[in-house]
Amino acid sequence: MNFPKELKYTKTHEWASKKGNLVTVGITQYAQGEISDVVFVELPKAAQVLVQGKPAAVVESVKAAFDIYSPMSGKVTRMNTQLESKPELVNQDCYAQGWLFELELSNPAEWDALMASDAYEAQIQQEHH
Amino acid sequence: MSYLPLTENDRRDMFETLGISSFEELVRSIPASLRGVKLDIPEGLSELELQALLERLGRKNLTTRDCLSFLGGGSYDHFIPAAVSQIISRNEFYTAYTPYQPEASQGTLQAIFEYQSFMTELTGLDVSNASHYDGATSLAEAALLALRQTDRATVLVARSVHPHYREVLNTYLKGTPFRAVEVATLADGRLDRADFESKLGPQTACAVVQSPNFFGVIEDLDGMSDRLHAAGSLLVMVCHPLALAVMKSPGEWGADLAVGEGQPLGIPMNYGGPYLGYFSAARSLIRRMPGRLAGMTLDSEGRRAFCLTLQAREQHIRRERAASNICTNQALCALAACVYMTLLGKEGVREAAEMNVDRAHTLREKIAGVKGFSVGTNLPVFNEFVVRSSKPFAEVDKKLRAANILPGIDLGAFYPELRDHFLVCATETKTAQDLDRFVEALKQC
Amino acid sequence: MLISDDSRLSFEKGSPGRRGIRLNAAPLGAKGLRDRLPAHLLRKRPLVLPEMSELEVVRHFVNLSRKNFSIDTHFYPLGSCTMKYNPKVNEWAAAHPAFTQVHPFEGDDAAQGILQVYYETEQYLKAVSGMDRFTLQPSAGAHGELTGMMLVHAWHESRGDSRRRKILVPDSSHGTNPASAALFNYHVVELKSNARGRVDLDELRAHLDDETACLMLTNPNTLGLFEEDILEITKLVHEKGALLYYDGANLNALLGLARPGDMGFDIVHINLHKTFSTPHGGGGPGSGPVGVKKFLEPFLPRPLAAKTGDRYHWVTDPGQSIGRLRAFYGNSGIILRAWVYIRMMGGPGLLRASQDAVLNANYLRAKLKNIFQVAIDEPCMHEFVLTIRGAKKQGIHAGDIGKRLLDFGIHAPTVHFPLVVEEALMIEPTETEAKEVLDHFVKVMGQIGEEMIRDPDLILQAPHHLPIHRPDEVLAARKPVLSYRDLLREKMLAAEGAPVSP
Repeated sequence: MNFPKELKYTKTHEWASKKGNLVTVGITQYAQGEISDVVFVELPKAAQVLVQGKPAAVVESVKAAFDIYSPMSGKVTRMNTQLESKPELVNQDCYAQGWLFELELSNPAEWDALMASDAYEAQIQQEHH
Repeated sequence: MSYLPLTENDRRDMFETLGISSFEELVRSIPASLRGVKLDIPEGLSELELQALLERLGRKNLTTRDCLSFLGGGSYDHFIPAAVSQIISRNEFYTAYTPYQPEASQGTLQAIFEYQSFMTELTGLDVSNASHYDGATSLAEAALLALRQTDRATVLVARSVHPHYREVLNTYLKGTPFRAVEVATLADGRLDRADFESKLGPQTACAVVQSPNFFGVIEDLDGMSDRLHAAGSLLVMVCHPLALAVMKSPGEWGADLAVGEGQPLGIPMNYGGPYLGYFSAARSLIRRMPGRLAGMTLDSEGRRAFCLTLQAREQHIRRERAASNICTNQALCALAACVYMTLLGKEGVREAAEMNVDRAHTLREKIAGVKGFSVGTNLPVFNEFVVRSSKPFAEVDKKLRAANILPGIDLGAFYPELRDHFLVCATETKTAQDLDRFVEALKQC
Repeated sequence: MLISDDSRLSFEKGSPGRRGIRLNAAPLGAKGLRDRLPAHLLRKRPLVLPEMSELEVVRHFVNLSRKNFSIDTHFYPLGSCTMKYNPKVNEWAAAHPAFTQVHPFEGDDAAQGILQVYYETEQYLKAVSGMDRFTLQPSAGAHGELTGMMLVHAWHESRGDSRRRKILVPDSSHGTNPASAALFNYHVVELKSNARGRVDLDELRAHLDDETACLMLTNPNTLGLFEEDILEITKLVHEKGALLYYDGANLNALLGLARPGDMGFDIVHINLHKTFSTPHGGGGPGSGPVGVKKFLEPFLPRPLAAKTGDRYHWVTDPGQSIGRLRAFYGNSGIILRAWVYIRMMGGPGLLRASQDAVLNANYLRAKLKNIFQVAIDEPCMHEFVLTIRGAKKQGIHAGDIGKRLLDFGIHAPTVHFPLVVEEALMIEPTETEAKEVLDHFVKVMGQIGEEMIRDPDLILQAPHHLPIHRPDEVLAARKPVLSYRDLLREKMLAAEGAPVSP
């Protein structure tokens, strides 16, 4: 399984990619595997205020809906509207074309609390036992 | 004993397999203090006895075979073709389970899909679900959806919406941070648009309007959906489904949600239930729709197949906002409606609707000419209208019942300002003789 | 061929101008529609509806019906659904014009027959459950649960106690109805079961506090096991000022044997379409009457059924009632069927029904445990749970076993539930199945057990003999086609070269 080193991760299986004061968010390869075929994504609205650790989006499979939690606090700047017609991108390309939303940070210090790739991978191994 | 196939031999063999000598050994986990139940229920009857008993009980009910009834008000005496009852009596339909195993339920699933198609046609909206318990609960669900969708706290409800429906809505909102606010009715029975304007505000999630309303009046909703949408609110319409065959549809009015009672479509009055709440919505609301949805897809061999879909919503909990109660549907009633619509078809449905308009207007004109009664308005109605009596309605009702006629519903029981007004319903089942007999009886009052 | 392979919708059949049912639509009045209704109130959007003859319609639906499994054609060992036989005398009664042609606003004196049915059914449900008063308004189990939540909320409000935020449920439960709980901002807390599959008393004590509104249980639980500590459980919950709600889904195990009211439950809902034989109808209509102990009676929805002297009538005193749950009185046609069933069975018959339901389930359990693993191996009540987690290495899941059973003309049991058991199959035969049916089921399961090892593909690719095979539920959810109009739109898009679906 692939957990790119340049990204950071949350306990709840989201990834975050930082560029200046903007962070892009998606779900990890592990998460998309557990959810299996994504049929619908409910994205946050433009300019919506997000709080770290609180639900920001919903990803639906055939049988269940999963809350996606924001890794950091801030205001939504962009949403991946391609997912409206192609929700399968979350499964096929979770780190690139399957991104969910981008936000402008209100508290950049939160970045340090996120997990690095190794720590996240270790958590996955633990969960499997 | 009925319906219990196990014989003494069977039981003996089974005890042997289980290595027990009495049934008691199987229920040792039940604490002794809970045992010793004596069911206060009479001994079982034979079917012969039961049928006789039921006939006796049935004779204590007044039915439309015994009298001429002009009762409406949310439950209607419409014509039901014999083929409807026959088809829904097919064992494979009525003794089937919820279609969770699509390969074993294509009959039910396709029928639900066709029912959904009929309701989207009638309402002119994009999607319909597989039904709710009745029109009232359907409305409550629509209001909850609007509150969630807009993230607001108030629902405007016309006073001319069925009194029971308004009560149910209030029940569903009680104890939540949401409120229903009543919008007044004009003296002629129409929605008071000025009152609606004054109550529309930034916390309005939706406005609920019934048309034809409880007084039978078909509402002119010109400009209403624009007004609501500009304010960020939704329009919810409650409609008699047969009326939609000739009346401007909720879709054409710009409504976002259309709900109501599907009983008129092939379901008997049944003293109030089981009925059929229909629920239609604009496409943008599809992911928030409560209830089951039957979808069309392909199977592994590329054949057309039906399955339940968009079920994820039903399981998801959203703690910060009200959520929809998971609904089992009224599948067999939806099937009846589906069969009814298929049998009547494009022309038949329109014909039936036109007959309702004709009977109600004709009767209203005749009653307007009877001394001691007035009809107050010439507004267009579908199949019911309000009559005012100069005598107390109780007297009129008593006199007419003695002549084996049920003249209508006492509106004073629901609307204190409408004492001695009553609601008269005339469906396609009424003949010229029926109307004349009614008018003659009123003249005797 | 016997089962039609024509999957066309009614909308795709027929011919323009063809008529089914005709009415004599000659107007009685002097004016036509366009003189009665002004143009701006008339429908302009055309109605796209089928145009078929009556024979075409009848063939369409009868052929559809033949694509269904049903109790009257197949065995349904569906755990927690109680798929017992739907007696035909129930149907005869419910279709009787003396009951179908009654308008709900006729007045109590004109409806004494059906009112008596409402009243007596309530008395029978009280007898069976040990509760004091019932509302027959709720139209399904879920509706009953919603009513229950409203009652819990109203009760605590009336005591001025707004601290109650938690609803406790066992992890083996149906996940309650999280939506009903969420309506009042209740927070649902799952209690871990103990090793014997029952409520863990320590877990319960740890979570029970003065913020607990209610504990929701079904007894026997979804593993088919009786909660032996139930008296201790109800005592603990009451000590903390919380209420107990009984989900009646498994009541078929207890008729005449034990009563939830005696166990200490404050609110009970009963599923007439499970325990009391009313038909499932492909997904309803059902009926979920809710019973309460005396102290909660003031909060029940109104009207309630009453008898004064010889006269039956509705009582509407609003008092502290939570309000109406639906229009009119309830699913009268369903209540009537249940009344007929209870009159036919009688008290002794109902007791025997539960006894046979328990015996049938235990018999199956004993026979199947040699083929599969029973989740908790002890005497069960009316249902039990098997696990096929051993088959994971062949990639076989419980759902696949369910599909393979369809090939043998047996409906799948409840699969992947309860969630606490991996790869679960929940089996409830009910009392109306003969021993030969059970033996046949055992034989078929034996064969499937062998196939799991010998030829797993037979199972993984099941069902093989039905009109369709494993519909693409992902496609159905990604590109919903939910009506004939949706289908037309998709066809148009496909013709224009856009992405295609059915």
